[in-house]
Formats: sequence, C-alpha cells, structure tokens
Amino acid sequence: MSTDNPAVKKSLYTPFNIMVGLIFLVGAVITALRFTKGLGAVTNLSDNNPWGIWISFDLLCGVALAAGGYTTSAACYVFGLKRYHSAVRPAILTAFLGYSLVGFALLYDVGRPWRLPYPFIVQSGPSSVLFEVGLCVMLYLNVLFIEWSPAALEWLGVKWQGLKKVRTVIVKMTLGLTIFGVILSTMHQSSLGALYLIAPSKLHPLWYSSYLPVYFFVSSIAAGLSMVIFEGTLSHHYLHDKMDATYLSEHDGVTMGFAKGAALVLAGYFLIKVVGITMDNNWHYLATKWGAWFLVELLGFVALPCFLYAMAVREKNLLMARVASVITVLGIVLNRFNVSLVAFNWQLAPADRYFPSWMEIAISLYIVTLGVSIFWFISSRMPIFYEHPQFKEHETAEFHEHKLKKHPQSFGH
Amino acid sequence: MLRRTFLGLLGAAGMGAALSKSALAAGNQHFTGHPGSFGVLFDATRCIGCRRCEAGCNQVNGLPRPAKPFDDLSVLDVKRRTDAKTYTIVNRYDKIPGAAGPVFRKFQCNHCLEPACASACFVRAFSKTAQGAVTWDESVCVGCRYCMIACPFEVPTFEYNEPLTPRIMKCTMCYPQIMSGQLMVPGCVGACPTEALVYGKRDRLITAARERIYKYSGRYLDYIYGEHEMGGTSWLYLSGVPFKALGMREDLGVTPAPELTSGALASVPIVAGLWPVLLIGIYAVNKRKDKIAREERLQAVAEALTKAHADTEHKLERAKTKAEADQKAAIEKAVKNALEEAAKAETQEGD
Repeated sequence: MSTDNPAVKKSLYTPFNIMVGLIFLVGAVITALRFTKGLGAVTNLSDNNPWGIWISFDLLCGVALAAGGYTTSAACYVFGLKRYHSAVRPAILTAFLGYSLVGFALLYDVGRPWRLPYPFIVQSGPSSVLFEVGLCVMLYLNVLFIEWSPAALEWLGVKWQGLKKVRTVIVKMTLGLTIFGVILSTMHQSSLGALYLIAPSKLHPLWYSSYLPVYFFVSSIAAGLSMVIFEGTLSHHYLHDKMDATYLSEHDGVTMGFAKGAALVLAGYFLIKVVGITMDNNWHYLATKWGAWFLVELLGFVALPCFLYAMAVREKNLLMARVASVITVLGIVLNRFNVSLVAFNWQLAPADRYFPSWMEIAISLYIVTLGVSIFWFISSRMPIFYEHPQFKEHETAEFHEHKLKKHPQSFGH
Repeated sequence: MLRRTFLGLLGAAGMGAALSKSALAAGNQHFTGHPGSFGVLFDATRCIGCRRCEAGCNQVNGLPRPAKPFDDLSVLDVKRRTDAKTYTIVNRYDKIPGAAGPVFRKFQCNHCLEPACASACFVRAFSKTAQGAVTWDESVCVGCRYCMIACPFEVPTFEYNEPLTPRIMKCTMCYPQIMSGQLMVPGCVGACPTEALVYGKRDRLITAARERIYKYSGRYLDYIYGEHEMGGTSWLYLSGVPFKALGMREDLGVTPAPELTSGALASVPIVAGLWPVLLIGIYAVNKRKDKIAREERLQAVAEALTKAHADTEHKLERAKTKAEADQKAAIEKAVKNALEEAAKAETQEGD
C-alpha cells in the first residue's frame, strides 16, 4: 500500500485530475444552489415539463446502462456460460455504482429527498408504476451490494481474517442472488417504460405503445451486453495492469460471445418495434418529421448495430464489435431521451418545450464523474479484474476436483 | 376476446387498487363516480371573461396577489396556464370560425372520477373524495412530480422555488372550505356574475346541461365535455364552438387513467411467480448437461484406457508367443546342428 502513495502524489496535478476537480467544484456549488434556492434556480423544469434530464439521463439511462450486472451474472451462473466468469465482477461493480448513483441523482430531483423511503414505510401507493420501480430498484440495490461485497471482503479480509467467513457465506448465495436480481431487473427495467403508459395523450404515437414495458426490458438486455463490451474496452486500456491472466485470456471470448447475444437481442427488439407500429397501425406517421426521427433511431441505432454485431461475429472482428457496442449504447440513450423528452409533450407549442439548463447538464456530468472515480478507486484496490490469490482455489474448486478424479484413474492401470 | 376479457379484469383490479381499500373489491363493473358527488358545470356561452372567478379563487384560498390586478383584462391577451400561485385562469380565444366574438374558457383541475394523479402517486397523496373533489395530502408527498406527468389536463403545479418543502398546488374545488362550512359553493362559482359556473350534484348537472342543449339547440354543440373524457370528470363543460378551439384536447379518449397501467402492473406478480421457475429450470438443465458431458468424458477415457490395456496385453502375448517360437526354433536348430555334427564325426571316425 505504501508504494501507492508516491504514485498518487505524482499524478495529482494531471490535466485529467484538474478537470475532475473542477467538475466536483462546480457540482458542489450547484448542489448548494439546489438546496437553498430550489429546483427553479438550477433547472429549466416547468409545470408543463416536470421531468428533465435528471430523469431521462440519470434515472432512465442510468438504470438501462447498468443492466450489464444482471445480464452478465445470469449468463455466467444461470445459463452456464462459465467462460464469462471474469466479466461478472466488473459488470456487478458497474451496476452497483450505476444504481447507487441513480439514487443519488434522485436526491437532487425530488422535492423532499428525505421522504424517498415514505412509499415503503409511511404510506404505499401500489397502483403507481413508480411504486413498483422504487421498490424493485431499492431491493435490487441491496442485491447488488451483496453481490459486490465479496470483492470488498477479500480486500479487507487480508487485515481482518473474520471477514473471510462472511465472504464464504455470501459466495454460497450466488445463484439465489442472481435469480432474484434477474427477477427484480425484469420488473423495474420494464416498469420504467410502463411509467409512460399513463400518458398516451402526451407521448407521440410512434413511441407510445402498450408494449413500452417490453421494449424497455428487451432493450436493457442489449444495453447491458453492449456496456460490458464497451466498458471492457475502456478498462483494457486504462486498467490493464490490474487484470490477471484469466481476465485477459477470456476477454476476447466475452466480447465475441456478448456480441453474438447482442446481435440476437437487437434483432428481436427491432422486430417487436415493428410489431408495435403494426398493432397500432402507425405506419402513416413514418412520413412525418417525427417519423424520420423515429427511423433514425430504429435504423441507425438498432438495425445498424445489430448488423455490425452479426458481421463482427462472422468475421471475428473485435473492433467492429466494439463499434457496434458504442452505437447500441448511444441508441439506448437516444431511445430513453426520445420517450421521456423529445417525443414527450410533442404537441406543446415550441416556446413551452423543455431544454436542459447548463446546470442540469453539469450535475449529470458531476454524477457520471463521481461514478467513474469510485469505479477507478475500487477496481484499482479490490479484486475486480483479477482473482484474489487467497481465494482463487475456492472459486475453481469444482474444476480441480475433476482433475484430481481423473489423474488416479489414468495412472491406476 | 380472451385478451380483452383478461385486460378488462386487470383493469378492474387496478381500479380497485386505486380507489378502494381491497384489491379484490372491484368486479366487472364500470365506475361512474361516487353517487351523489358534486361537480361544476361551466358554460362557455355565458362566460364574459371578467376574471371574477380568478379573484374569488385567489381570495378564498389565500393565494398571493398577482402583479396585475384581477380587473385588468389585458392579461387575457396572452394564453396562460395555472401555476403554483394560481389555481384557476380564464383564457380568451379570438376569431373562432362561427363565433360572433371572443369565447372564454376557464381552466382548473377537472377532478376526474378516476384521477390519473391518484393512480400515479406512489404514496397515495391524492384522494378522490366521496364529495367529488380530488385532494392532495402534503404530509406524505415526496415531490417526485409523477402526478404532473400523468395528468392528461396538465393540472398539478409545483413550487419550483421552494428548496426543501415544495408543494403540489392545484384547485381543490374548495373542499376544505366547504367541508368546514366556511363556503357553500367553491370560491370561483360564488364569484361568477353570469352563472357561467354552476355547482351541484354531477348527475343533476349532466341533466341540466342536456336540457340547455335541448332548449337552445342553436347555441350549443350537442356534447358535454367531461362526461366521458378519461372516464369522466366532475367538472363539465358546455360550448357553442368546438372544444378544440378553446384549447381543450378532444383526443383523450374515455379510458380511465388507472386502466392504462393496470395491465403492466398485473404482469409484475406473474414475473415474480414464473421467472424463478424458468431460471432455475435453465440452471438445472445446464447443470445436468454439464454433468452428463463430464460423465461421458470420464467414461470415454476409461474405455480408451481399457482398450489400450487390452491392446498392450495382446501385443505382449503375441511377442511372447513369437519369442517362445523363436526360442524353440533356435533350440531345434542347435539340436539339429549338434546331431549333424555328431553324425559327421561318426563317419570320420569310421574311415
């Protein structure tokens, strides 16, 4: 640990760190403004536009892009794709931080943040989709915390031996936690779309559909898979020295495997979007300017990455898979913005429409920066991209067992 | 038909959750409002745009005084909406085809029979009272503003400049004042000089509205706005010009808001019930596949070993046999040689 300190001191005044410091400073000032002058002082929200980018980006995109947690752990532990094991921890950490920051962002957005537990402890409104979202997100945040905790316990276990036992208990709960996590994710990912079901008169028909919950759920799987690829690329670049041989040897396999999965999911997503238009017979809207914008989303950010992913798998082209992952992630962001902002309140006069203030954007940027910083802090200290040497054997005990069984037989005769 | 029936049942369940204490209370029924509940009938053909209703509302609700006084009619030159300091406004609509002069329309909460705001609220801060008013409870509101997203009439407003205790502000149909006996009719209705506003039981107001349409058929459109919009509202409107021309949405439909989300909400327990079955099933199938593959691998190895072993023994046996045969041949050859040599020696000796 002591060897870390000079390195930290050396890198304190890099342009990157200065920028991060500046973002935190601006964030702190706006935070003070928000809690002394009110939402009106820092946002462009109005009585016609009660939800801005703190909901569109921080909540809707945040939750969708944190879907890598449940998709990766389900692939590894439920669907039996054990080769993806090394991708689970980074994905779980991302999801845990993502959801934590969603909660953090809500503290800014809601009027009385200390009342956020009220739906669960004071008075519940179970007829509200938001109640369902809140309940699932709250429970899932706890699941993610437990799923992430072995990494922290291995790190702390070096000093406090007693924690190793806690870790062993938690590791035994992996399958249960994974299944619970998939259930909760299915519910709240879809419910985020269901939030808008109540406002058919406000959302443009091309985006409004009774299938909205299904769209949000299916696209979250594509988002999760793509985020794992995209983040893996970034981590590979910046955290290479923290990765062990297993992570590095599995990395390309994870990318290609997830690319194949994403191609399939995107193809399915494309089809159900077309089904939605057909069911409501909304074809004629495609000839309007809203239709053009809808086609940009559907062709440019769903069909195109789907095709690129499929090509990448066929040609075994890692770069193409990475490009496709970036387009998919952007496409999910675009979709969430379209549903919650661009095509929402589409009938309002241009003067009444919403555009975020620079302070709203700054707070969102501040929250993302906070997330990246904590990710950096944790993954450069805890066993995220590598298996802790003390616990390595335990993880692969099953594998060793077979080896041992085989050896005596082969030499027995 | 099956899907329709299913969704209908889900809708009933959702409505039950929104309006009654038991989720199972509602059957296959259509809710038409609490019996004997009150409402207000607004008649656009009688409204003269004097803004007295705005003044009355402002006074009885103790709202802050606006910058321009209520008798200043120049504020009608621009289209306004309600805000956190104004529960009701009147807008003027000029140059409507078929209308002799400007037409005025009052805007406030419509007090839906099955309110979107109440259905959307995750702390049940809104209630539809038996008297008809939709009220809001400050003591539980979190300030999430989902009610504002949900309301098809864009009624609820928010105190954006309150840093820590912002409230949702909207017309209460003067519920607190009427219940306490302070008022007999809502502030706006009491202040109206032309009887463009009438307070009464909703059923009777609908009858009265129909009578007016029947008696003065040239004066009115044959339509009562609010009778069925979004499942019906306590506030009802009569007009001589299309409602669209008065800035009112004609495309809201008649589905009550709670029904729009009840199907999605009803699928939640289904997911909770089925997903574990599906996921554990997939897990079990994979585990079994792995196990069988492992067993087959071990078996194949064992078989290969046995075969190799047998092959070796066979080879050994053959080698042994061959060696024995060779040895035998060698001995025989040696014996033969010895005998031949002995015979040779014998003949030499005989010479």
